Amino acid sequence: MERFTTLTGVAAPLLRGNIDTDTIIPQRWCKSVTRTGFGAHLFHDLRFDGAGAERADFVLNRAPWRAAAILVAGANFGCGSSREAAVWALHEFGVRCLIAPSFSDIFARNCVANGVLPVTLDEDRVARLAALAGDPETAALSVDLPAQTIVAGGEQIPFEMDPYVRHRLINGLDEIAVTLTHEPEIAAHERWLGAARRWRLPARG
Amino acid sequence: MSGPRTLYDKLWDEHLVREGPDGTALLWIDRHLVYEMTSPQAFEGLRLKGRTVRRPDLTLAVVDHIVSTGDRAQGVGDELARLMIGAMQRNAREFGIELFDAFDPRQGIVHVVGPEQGFVLPGLTVVCGDSHTSTHGALGALAFGIGTSEVEHVLATQTLTQRRMRNMRVTVRGRLGPGVGAKDVALHMIAAIGAAGGTGHVIEYAGEAVEALSVEGRMTLCNMSIEAGAKAGMVAPDAKAVDYVEGRRMAPKGAAWQDAVAFWRDLRSDPDARFDREVALEAGEIAPTVTWGTSPEDAVPVTGAVPDPESFASEGKRAAARRSLDYMGLAPGTPMRAIAVDRVFIGSCTNARLEDLREVARVVQGRRVAKGVRAMVVPGSGLVRAQAEAEGIAEVLVAAGFEWRAPGCSMCIGLNEDVLAPGERCASTSNRNFEGRQGRGGRTHLMSPAMAAAAALTGRLTDVRELGGGRPRGRRHARPARKPPP
Ligand code: SF4
Repeated sequence: MERFTTLTGVAAPLLRGNIDTDTIIPQRWCKSVTRTGFGAHLFHDLRFDGAGAERADFVLNRAPWRAAAILVAGANFGCGSSREAAVWALHEFGVRCLIAPSFSDIFARNCVANGVLPVTLDEDRVARLAALAGDPETAALSVDLPAQTIVAGGEQIPFEMDPYVRHRLINGLDEIAVTLTHEPEIAAHERWLGAARRWRLPARG
Repeated sequence: MSGPRTLYDKLWDEHLVREGPDGTALLWIDRHLVYEMTSPQAFEGLRLKGRTVRRPDLTLAVVDHIVSTGDRAQGVGDELARLMIGAMQRNAREFGIELFDAFDPRQGIVHVVGPEQGFVLPGLTVVCGDSHTSTHGALGALAFGIGTSEVEHVLATQTLTQRRMRNMRVTVRGRLGPGVGAKDVALHMIAAIGAAGGTGHVIEYAGEAVEALSVEGRMTLCNMSIEAGAKAGMVAPDAKAVDYVEGRRMAPKGAAWQDAVAFWRDLRSDPDARFDREVALEAGEIAPTVTWGTSPEDAVPVTGAVPDPESFASEGKRAAARRSLDYMGLAPGTPMRAIAVDRVFIGSCTNARLEDLREVARVVQGRRVAKGVRAMVVPGSGLVRAQAEAEGIAEVLVAAGFEWRAPGCSMCIGLNEDVLAPGERCASTSNRNFEGRQGRGGRTHLMSPAMAAAAALTGRLTDVRELGGGRPRGRRHARPARKPPP
């Protein structure tokens, strides 16, 4: 898995609340059997008009945010469908960190699985960061995961992070490989299931 | 864990494989539902690492999201659909997973098929790469949606790394009025607590009105938990749940069945269990509910009107409402019942089970779809479709002018030919009214099957109680739907 340690990059403000994964990557661009090819369709219906031309008023179509590596977003970001393609699209576009007052649970887990850092901050802080991000002069932020701080406009903002998520991102851990190191415990549970919980197994026929 | 426990706590403890010092846990997963949209990359991941599926016997696959709901003899979908369906077939074959493909009589929406087959039981952990996996909580299972990386993790290990969520209880006191059902409860609740109101929580639904719901009604309610941001929704298993499961193909038999029933008897929150958050709703205050905006929280009684964006407390909410109304093409103050619709969609994992279709047929019986309205019914599964045909439901609907289609997700997600054209307005029994969800520029109003049926008949959003025909749901003795042959 891709690591995340520190990042300095342009942040784009996108403060609408409840941005759902259908908005991040509309379903019609999800017909794919690979993990790639989604970036071009990130926020498709916000970025492009019905004829496929860029909408000049959308932040990611303007300099310097075209090269955004960070999004400063509204509450409940990533709600709706569990589609991981939403994160694949963000990642392919170049986004490595999201800052919002809250995220949907599934979306946040999908982020971590792809080396993208979801940072939760209170509404006021998010609004302040969005204001900085909205000014080309101050749009570059720095995020330091080991130190759990964001540096923006000369200010240092601490953030909370689940220690497991932090550890996993800093080390780029393949979660399946980690889980497989617990094979003896998994096998023990499996044996107990077969002996004491037969009803939990499906009848086949 | 000692002391009084909630239903969620009990399910958690029962499935705990190990707990790390930092509180992260490994949970055993009893059932894994897989479908064509979110699994190809997971199987590819296994192949790349030379891994295999640990328990194909605990995994069941369907094609539902992308498959055509038209005449499948003419094709199962476009080129990309065939690519995805082909990948599902190949992966199921290669890894030894049972698959209900496009021509299997049991094929249908993953969350309809799972319970229907007895694959899902009370007391299990159930996952699927789809957010509406919360549906299965209706049986007293811990069921939640996961992303594709986690699908791969479950395929490889039959476990998931999790952190314990907070407990929330939503109690619906009293009885629902006539014409008011589970979907109305769900929309009413989401409007009350917000689309992020359940974030970080698992919701347990309780109270007289929930107890009175049939298992299928509880599925509708639990299904919408994710629209309130909750990880999962659940109802403690009771006699109705046991009755629902008994005799289904994959449900336990003989001694195993006896053990199961004994286990389920204690599977409920202890009387003094503590919930991190409690929400109480009065059933008597819930009206047939419809949405006006582009979030499921944008819901009002059908007797109400489109709200004025300026009436919201925060600037964020005001801006969101302005944007929603612009997208929806609605003016503040418009009575909901004055809103005309072009399309009606009755389907989805929220409302495409047999009881939903029976309800629709009761409203529609002897009437006709309004001129200029295109109305479609997409049954949740092949078995639902066959049973509805056997009961004469299909006949009633077709005679009224509804299209009667093959099972699948259809216009809930608009991945196949079933999409709204830009600007088209739809009364829909699905679960998401997001911008573009049912087709770019399409305008979705969420509601119950009875309400969608009423809208089809009048051509505008309609209070089904004024139409007559819709019998009270909450009080009806909830006989479980007839079971498919084992
Ligand atoms: S019916 Fe809709 S919400 Fe349900 S699984 Fe299919 S696409 Fe998802």
